[in-house]
Amino acid sequence: MTLSSVEAATASAPARERVDRLRAAAYRIRHHALNMGEVQGQGYVGQALGAADMLAAVYADQLNYRAEDPHWADRDRFLLSTGHYAIGHYAALAEAGIVPVAELETYGSDDSRLPMSGMSTYTPGMEISGGSLGHGLTIAVGMALGLRLQGSASRVINFLSDGELDEGSTWEAAMGAHHHQLGNLTAMVDINALQADGATNTVLRTEPVTEKWESFGWYTQRVDGNDVGALLAAFDNIASVSGAVGRPSVILCDTKVGRGVPLLETREKAHFMRIEENEWQICRDQLTAGYEGTASA
Amino acid sequence: MSTVTTAAGAVSVGKPKLKTSAMIASFADPGQKTTSAPFGHALVAAAEANPKIVGLTADLGKYTDMHIFAKAFPERFFQMGMAEQLLFGAAAGMAETGLIPFASTYSVFAARRAYDFLCLDIAEPNLNVNIIGGLPGLTTGYGPSHQATEDMAIFRGMPNLTIVDPCDSVDIEQAVPQLAASEGPTYLRLLRGNVPTVLDEYDYTFELGKAKVLRGGNDVVFVSSGLMTMRALQAADALAKHNVDVAVVHTPTIKPFDAATVLAELNTDRLAVTLENHTVVGGLFETVASAVVTAGLGKRVVPIGLPDQFLDAGALPTLHERYGLSVDRIVAKVLAELG
Repeated sequence: MTLSSVEAATASAPARERVDRLRAAAYRIRHHALNMGEVQGQGYVGQALGAADMLAAVYADQLNYRAEDPHWADRDRFLLSTGHYAIGHYAALAEAGIVPVAELETYGSDDSRLPMSGMSTYTPGMEISGGSLGHGLTIAVGMALGLRLQGSASRVINFLSDGELDEGSTWEAAMGAHHHQLGNLTAMVDINALQADGATNTVLRTEPVTEKWESFGWYTQRVDGNDVGALLAAFDNIASVSGAVGRPSVILCDTKVGRGVPLLETREKAHFMRIEENEWQICRDQLTAGYEGTASA
Repeated sequence: MSTVTTAAGAVSVGKPKLKTSAMIASFADPGQKTTSAPFGHALVAAAEANPKIVGLTADLGKYTDMHIFAKAFPERFFQMGMAEQLLFGAAAGMAETGLIPFASTYSVFAARRAYDFLCLDIAEPNLNVNIIGGLPGLTTGYGPSHQATEDMAIFRGMPNLTIVDPCDSVDIEQAVPQLAASEGPTYLRLLRGNVPTVLDEYDYTFELGKAKVLRGGNDVVFVSSGLMTMRALQAADALAKHNVDVAVVHTPTIKPFDAATVLAELNTDRLAVTLENHTVVGGLFETVASAVVTAGLGKRVVPIGLPDQFLDAGALPTLHERYGLSVDRIVAKVLAELG
């Protein structure tokens, strides 16, 4: 299979109903994240809002899972490499019915199953313990190899951030996935252009990101990661080229920290966004107004 | 007087033949009974019995005896390239799908380069991944880049990890199926190539987590692991000629440590000596010392092990003599202690 990224992008636009369903899921994921952030009074709300559309595309459209049996052997695997995005992932697990919505308010509290940084040993549906960045894709390579060896048709989707592209291990894994022809592996890179010490292009320049992945042999697409239609089209393209043996695929997702809440979108960008006590309701109101406004448009 | 032909072809007379270092040096004595690639063959045997066993390496298959497995089970062998973080991250991923990976590289690379991946991806979720580390301690003359003199010190602090320091081919052959069967991660200090066969002369079987008394003795008790158990047994024979009666306790499992067996042997007025192919910091000596203090035994323990320093490059026999691991140095140390 030697399809280039452009040639393969031939899938027809996703149906309106499918897009609307995802937008609704993304709205609920964002709403959950704001509620969790308010209980904590802090947290990685900005990242969760930015990644909500990616998470919605995975859980509401792509992933094959059984909510009542998170360890079902034939499930697709979603690996959260960026442990601090757990707030968004828990919201998605609630949307998926794997974690009860009522449990979300325990996020980050003592004895909660929902710690600040995602860990497989704590949370149903959390496949790996992220947090030490640059691990997820290496584990994903092993899972994809292991599943293929055992004749499984399950796919592995690894969520990672553009900051993780700083880590050499990510590129060890990128080479390994191509070498072993892991057509059952998809990476999603959240390119929010922000990391702990500031803007990505001031910390360690990772661009040109698209060319890097293409040169590593991956089927590479770059989309607006806050456009659920574009995300679905990208997944549809992958479905047309993937298989157990083939090229691994990556969706490079340009996203906006705080997406969906204008108050936060325009706030000075920070890895750990500060939100005052009286602002949480404003955030929720803005989120709902934005969702309903465009939904009715 | 020897004759040496130089690279340029000129013949120089009178220069002594140089002792040279090698990456893969044997510590077997001349004429000693050895077994070829015991790990590779034991892994093949275990894999025949258990289809979940897979093998991985990071461009060191030939040098960790993994090539034996790769040849027998090519579809269950995975070459990960010279990428140790990927090696162990991928091993974790495979274990998450129910497989039992054995992943090999040199001990220095497992312990120093890939620690974070072993710790968080394998040990924290307590996965059955078996880490196979070649060139443990001082088993190569290549210098600090390849001499894993502090691997046990690094790994002992990692929760859930079982650490095995085998003496010989018997230990390795018997350990491999037990490592595969045990839940949770393990680290094996691999001896590869033509590995001495020593423990078949004793009434001994390897049991994961157990120390074994190989011989009794009234004057001195050796507590040893790894290839130093072979040296301990040789030194015990040599000391008998000096009318010194030496017991040898072999502790191939460093963690979890069989303190009960060892403390029962140490709770006497015999001279107590630990022997390890590892720095005296953080390895067997400190494991024993910790057990002794915790139990409240007021017992002096003499450490024989590598010094707390980066070691020289050179020929292995030279280095073992220099750093006190040779039989002669052990005998001299014990005689000096006994006064």
